[in-house]
Amino acid sequence: MTDRQHLDEEALAELQDVMEDEFDVLIQTYIVDSRDRIASLKTALAASDADAFAKTAHSLKGSCINIGAPRLGELCLEAEEAGKAQDLGEASRLVAAIEQEFAAVTGLLEGFLVR
Amino acid sequence: MTQHSLRILIADDSDTDRLILQALIKRLGHEVIEATDGLEAVEKFREGSPDIVLLDALMPRMDGMEAARHIKALAGERLVPIIFLTSLSDAEDLARCLEAGGDDFLTKPYSRVIIEAKIKAFDRMRRMHDTLSSQHEEISERNRQLLEEQTIARRVFDNVAHTGCLDSPNIRYHASPLSVFNGDVLFASPRPAGGMLIFLGDFTGHGLPAAIGAMPVAEIFYGMARKGFSGADVLREINQKLKLILPTGMFCCGAMVEADFKLGQLRVWNGGLPEAWVLRGDGEQLLLPSRHLPLGILPPEQFESVMETVHVQPGDRLLVMTDGVLEAANGRGELFGLAGIRRCLEQVEPAGHPFDVVLEGVRAFSDKAAESDDLTLVALDITDQPAVPDVSGQSLPSALAGPTEWRCEYEIRERTLGDFSPLPLLLHICLEVPGLRTRGGEIYTLLSELYNNALEHGVLQLPSEWKRSAEGFGRYYSERQARLARVEGHYIRFSLHHTRKPGGGRLRVVCEDSGAGFDFRNHPLVSGETGEGIGPRYAGRGLLLLKRLSKNITFRGKGNHVEIVYDWNFSAHQGDGDDR
Repeated sequence: MTDRQHLDEEALAELQDVMEDEFDVLIQTYIVDSRDRIASLKTALAASDADAFAKTAHSLKGSCINIGAPRLGELCLEAEEAGKAQDLGEASRLVAAIEQEFAAVTGLLEGFLVR
Repeated sequence: MTQHSLRILIADDSDTDRLILQALIKRLGHEVIEATDGLEAVEKFREGSPDIVLLDALMPRMDGMEAARHIKALAGERLVPIIFLTSLSDAEDLARCLEAGGDDFLTKPYSRVIIEAKIKAFDRMRRMHDTLSSQHEEISERNRQLLEEQTIARRVFDNVAHTGCLDSPNIRYHASPLSVFNGDVLFASPRPAGGMLIFLGDFTGHGLPAAIGAMPVAEIFYGMARKGFSGADVLREINQKLKLILPTGMFCCGAMVEADFKLGQLRVWNGGLPEAWVLRGDGEQLLLPSRHLPLGILPPEQFESVMETVHVQPGDRLLVMTDGVLEAANGRGELFGLAGIRRCLEQVEPAGHPFDVVLEGVRAFSDKAAESDDLTLVALDITDQPAVPDVSGQSLPSALAGPTEWRCEYEIRERTLGDFSPLPLLLHICLEVPGLRTRGGEIYTLLSELYNNALEHGVLQLPSEWKRSAEGFGRYYSERQARLARVEGHYIRFSLHHTRKPGGGRLRVVCEDSGAGFDFRNHPLVSGETGEGIGPRYAGRGLLLLKRLSKNITFRGKGNHVEIVYDWNFSAHQGDGDDR
C-alpha cells in the first residue's frame, strides 16, 4: 500500500530540538488530538457525512505530516480524497487502516518519550 | 543583523500544529498571539494589532479565507501580511486563499528555515510600505500647505497689485486666473494730469519666485503712476529694483504704455515682449517691436528708458501681449505666432474687436482649456474723451493726503554749527510731502547750497577764491576748522513753508545767517549779467544751480537773507534732468 515509514525520526529529532521542554506536551497533545479526530471520522462515517469526513481527514493529515508520521499522513490524504469523492465504502476501509497505523505510531511515539 | 521582534498572530484549530508553530516563531524571537479559529483570529487581531498573521485555511466557526478578508479590512492602509498555513495541494484552493487577501503560503510540515525566511521577507515589505505611506502622507500634507500658501500669496498680491483702472471701458484684457504664478503681471493706472499708464510684464520662471518679483513692480508702478511720474521714470525705477532683487538669470520682459488722449499720443517702451500692434481705424497696422533688454538686467546707468512716440486718434487701438500668445501650440506642435495674429486681424468684422478675435483665435488654435492658458493680452482703445475711470479710494494721489500746508523754522547756533548738519533733518521734513518725495535730489541740492553758503561764506567769511588753487584749498579748510571754533553769537536759520497749488505745490525756503552778507546788488550773476562770477560769496556754480532748480531766488538785507521758491507739479516730466 505505502512504503513510507511509520515515523520520520529525523523530523522528530528536529521537533525535539525546537520544542525543548515542550516536546512531551506536544506528543501528548498530538495523541489526544488525533484520537478525537479518528472518533470524529467514525461519527461522520456513521452519519454518512462525506464532507465532514473529508475536512476532518484533512486536519488530521496536517498534524500527522507536521509531527513526522508520513504513512499516517498518506492514509489521511487518501481518506480526504475518498470523502471528497463521496466514496463511503473506501472511506470506511481507510478508517480501519488509519486506526491501525495510528496504534503503531502511538506505540512508537511513546517509546520516543521514554528514551 | 539583529532582527527586531514582531508580534505574530497564529490561527490554527489543530493544537498540535499550533504548538509547533508557536515554538518555532518564539525561537525566532517574536511574540506570538494564538487563536483556534477564524472568529477568534479576527477578535485577537483587533485587540493586539499584530504585524504578521498566519492563518490555517480550514477552521471551524470561520475559515481562514473569511478571516483574511476581515483582517485586511481592519488593517486599512496598513500592510499586514497574511500567510496561509496549509496542506492544501489543490491549485484552485490555493488560488482562493490569495483572492481572499493572502500574501503567501506555508506548507506542512513546517520548516524552520522557510518560516524564518518568509517572516523576514514580509517584515521588510511591511516596513517599506510603512515608509512609503508616511512619505506619501508627508507629500500630501506639503502639497496642501503649498496650495494654501499660494492662495494666501495670491490674496496679498491682489491687494498690492489691484486691477487699477483695468476696468476702464476702453481697456480689454485677458489674464489667466493664476497669472501671477505663471509670471505675468498687468497693471493700469490713471495719471494725475490725465491719460493713463499701462504696464504688462512677463517674468522668467514660474511659481512663487515670479510672484515675489512681481510684488515690488506692482508697488512701484502704482505708487509712482499716481504721483504723476512718466512711464520712463517708472521703468527706470522698476529696472533698478529688479536688478537689485532678482537673482542672475531672472528678469522681466515688459511693455510700458503711456497714453495721452488729449494730445492723441501713445508712448510705448517694449523690452522683450512680442511686437505691440497699433491698429488704425483706417486699417493701417503698425508694429512696435522690442527695442530694449528686459527689465532687471542692465545696471541703472546703462538702462535706456526712452519711449517711442506714436500719434494716434480716436478709433485707433493698441494690442499688447505676452509671448504666451505667440507660443500657443496646437496638437501638431505648430506655434500660433505672428502669422496667427495676422490671420485673426484679417477676419475682424467692422463691428468686432481685434482683442476678441485674437483671443478666440489663439484658444481655438491651441484647443486648450481656458484656465490652463499661460498668456496675457491687453487692448487699449483710443477715445476722444479722456477716460476718467473711477479710482476713488484705490489709487487716489496720496499727495493730497500728506502734509501740504505747513511752515517750520529751524535754527542752529554756535558750537552746533561745527558739529551737526541740519540737512538730513530738513530734507526729511520736506519729503513728508508725497509730491516732493520723488524730487529729493533737487530739494537736497537746494538746501545744501543754501546751507553751505550761509556757513562758509556767511558765518565763517571764507573767500571762495581761495579754493581756486591747490595751496589755497588747504588754507581754506584749515581756516574753516579754526573759524568753526569761534562762532559765538552766530546762527543759521531756515524757514520752510509749503503750500498747495493746483496740480502740485510750492516750497518756499528762506535761509538767514548771522554773517556780514555780501554786495549782491553788484554781483554779476545775481544782477543778471552773464560771465564768470568771482564774488566773495556764491561762486558761479552754486548760484547757477540754485537759479536753475528754483522758480525764483531773492536776496535781501545785507545779502545774508536768501529766499528761493520751488514749484512742483504732478504732471511734470521727471525724465528731463537725469542728474538725480
